[in-house]
Amino acid sequence: MEDLYFKEDGGTLTVCLFGDIDHHVAKGMRERIDLTLACKKPELLIMNFSGVSFMDSSGIGLILGRSRMCEQLGARLRITGVSDSTRKLMQLSGIEKIKNISVSQ
Amino acid sequence: MRKIINEMKVRIPARSTNEAVMRGVVSAFCAELNPTVEELGDLRCAVSEAVTNSIIHGYRDLPEGKIGYIYISLRLYDTREISVEISDNGCGIEDIEKAKRPMFTTGCGERCGMGFLVMESFTDSLTVKSKPNRGTTVLMRKILKP
Ligand SMILES: Nc1ncnc2c1ncn2[C@@H]1O[C@H](COP(=O)(O)OP(=O)(O)O)[C@@H](O)[C@H]1O
Ligand SMILES: [Mg+2]
Repeated sequence: MEDLYFKEDGGTLTVCLFGDIDHHVAKGMRERIDLTLACKKPELLIMNFSGVSFMDSSGIGLILGRSRMCEQLGARLRITGVSDSTRKLMQLSGIEKIKNISVSQ
Repeated sequence: MRKIINEMKVRIPARSTNEAVMRGVVSAFCAELNPTVEELGDLRCAVSEAVTNSIIHGYRDLPEGKIGYIYISLRLYDTREISVEISDNGCGIEDIEKAKRPMFTTGCGERCGMGFLVMESFTDSLTVKSKPNRGTTVLMRKILKP
């Protein structure tokens, strides 16, 4: 099964993520997201976590890295689909407090 | 006195595919205690952090083609306690207090320095022992709700 796919709508690029996000899979996800980001140059990147069954701090690294990428491209970043299984970690990391990131269910 | 009701030792190569393998092993091991979804999620996350650290930090200086091993010791007690000890024979940690600080990382790529914070927050106790050039041992205990 694919672990991510993209949707494009105007200036918004959405990446839907699936399965477990750990250090082993994060690298491949990062490469594909960055490639697409650089080529589409959206105004808003949405990372949808509703299909994510597990993530550890590598997932937080993935978000922070994309946040830096977005800043360089002048894009905003929105995190959606935060479920019970990923909420605790997102809260612990304080990711909502970063200025160009917004987090919602 | 608490009694051990089950125990298990695993020796596994420090390959990143084994992060998921060890999460699965730990889930199966504590299934008989019927942990809640949240308790199991916390434990899986803490184990994932420790195993990942051994792979990417512990064995970072290994020459190409050489592979290190991770040793995991699991115990289940009749007090609904699970203990997980994860060791490597890697480079070790110079200053453990510093390494534990949130955001501190020596990792390249996209490490965020949150592994120890996760291990500490998602379990009931965390003990880290380490010797430079000898290796690192992380011991975590989690007590499940009755
Ligand atoms: N098993 C280990 N062997 C050697 N160094 C380690 C080990 N575990 C952790 N460290 C050190 O502690 C630091 C912090 O670890 P952690 O909180 O998990 O953050 P991260 O993995 O994102 O760097 C690491 O960057 C590394 O320097
Ligand atoms: Mg770590």
